Amino acid sequence: MNPTPLKDRAAIVGIGQTEFAKHLEPSEKALACRAIAMALDDAGIAAHEVDAFAAYTMEATDEVEIAKAVGAGDVTFFSRVGFGGGGSCATVGHLAMAIATGQADVGVAWRSRKRGSGPRPWTDTVNQLATPAQWTRPFGLLRPVDEIAVLTRRYMHEYGMTREQLGAVALACRNRANANPAAIMYDRPLTLDDYLSARMISDPLCLFDNCLETDGALAVVMVSAERAVDCRREPVYVHAFGQGLPAQHHGMVNYWNDDPLAGPSWTAARQLWKHADFGPADVDVAQIYDAFTPLIPLSLEGYGFCAKGEGGAFADDGGLELGGRLPVNTSGGGLSEAYVHGFNLITEGVRQLRGTSANQVAGASTCLVTAGEAVPTSAVLLRRD
Amino acid sequence: MLKPLVDDDGAPYFEYAAKGELRMQTCANCGEVLFPPRPMCPRCQGIEFAWKLMSGRGHVWSFAVPHPPLLPDYAALAPYPVVVVELEEDRRLRVVGNLVAAEEADINSVDPATIEIGQPVRAVFREIEGFFVAAWIPDA
Repeated sequence: MNPTPLKDRAAIVGIGQTEFAKHLEPSEKALACRAIAMALDDAGIAAHEVDAFAAYTMEATDEVEIAKAVGAGDVTFFSRVGFGGGGSCATVGHLAMAIATGQADVGVAWRSRKRGSGPRPWTDTVNQLATPAQWTRPFGLLRPVDEIAVLTRRYMHEYGMTREQLGAVALACRNRANANPAAIMYDRPLTLDDYLSARMISDPLCLFDNCLETDGALAVVMVSAERAVDCRREPVYVHAFGQGLPAQHHGMVNYWNDDPLAGPSWTAARQLWKHADFGPADVDVAQIYDAFTPLIPLSLEGYGFCAKGEGGAFADDGGLELGGRLPVNTSGGGLSEAYVHGFNLITEGVRQLRGTSANQVAGASTCLVTAGEAVPTSAVLLRRD
Repeated sequence: MLKPLVDDDGAPYFEYAAKGELRMQTCANCGEVLFPPRPMCPRCQGIEFAWKLMSGRGHVWSFAVPHPPLLPDYAALAPYPVVVVELEEDRRLRVVGNLVAAEEADINSVDPATIEIGQPVRAVFREIEGFFVAAWIPDA
């Protein structure tokens, strides 16, 4: 039996996205349909050929509504992945598995969200208080940023990470956004002084440690490797895929185990690299989930780009910039392009391997894309021929 | 202010808190102490539990200081520190709560600039809108 039946068997052949803004008029359902139609057009594949869907459990529109609006055919595979932004890459991974095992031929994954003009999830005090939040929220850890601020302060204490290093993370994303016309922050430069003097949101995290609040939708289209070579665009193969829900993990309030600073990325990474033909040193560019700046150093450690505790220093001396140790979030990421639960990191990974990024890494042939760290997560390794 | 949502697994914790006791769910079969509470012991799959009395002493493992935007009751008191306390019985038992200057003081009564990771604290119990919860005060 082939020990790695998933490797390079499916490819992303179409990407689509709406514009990104603080407020878009169409509904999440309408935006989702538009992004999917653009992705199908990009691929050169007719809607009636779509027979698989994958989405986040937080997606507001179900497969029935999407399929009947976009004109999908008979659908034989549909899956949902939980845990907010932790599910982003798993939508691609699940479609790759469905295609590789013959459960479907043409898959669509999407995310549509009006997080810019819609409500902040943490203000829902009824549905947000179930386990484990009852042990944390009444005391004032109300928002994801508060939960991550606790981990960040501990990380700074244990390993000496500085606010300047977190600032370097924010700047790397902003600098890329400043060259990407699709980015919300395209025309808004940021300096380290701006960062250090910004108001606190949850000390030690300031305004610029937080992702944007965006309306927008994105989609990808996937087919088998055999079919991909006949599509309109150069195929971007799913080389490896991993999900991660570590033993005794507790979600974003992951305080109750031996090492809360080794999060789900460590588990997803072990699965990812186990089946890959190459390692972290061979990754040309990475799109690392960045709802908050400290998730990038934590993820760099989990995915093996540096040793534990060295994630902060990895950002020193332009380490995350173009030409640095590992260029990251080359569209601007969630911090500076758009926050659509990490789906824009997937499409940017595809653009890098097509050679069409606004911040192209010369000759990039491998890209790691990760989903949210600090929640049950997922990651895909993308490559081209 | 938000009140804890009491479920089957955690109910005894809050019943003991109302009596001024910090007790943790403990597997009656293998003795593993569990937090947060859950319906099965992950070590031995036991389903019978006792509730072990803790000393109420620990150290600050980390803390955050939320600033607005927050829910209105919290915004009115912001910035306020929220601490994660490592109990002296087991470093994996980390309890989230407010660090306050005295038992009945507001959640912003301790200047965050004076808090240090590792500083000793002890539990006190206080009533918030009819609900008893643990809070932490600096320990000598």
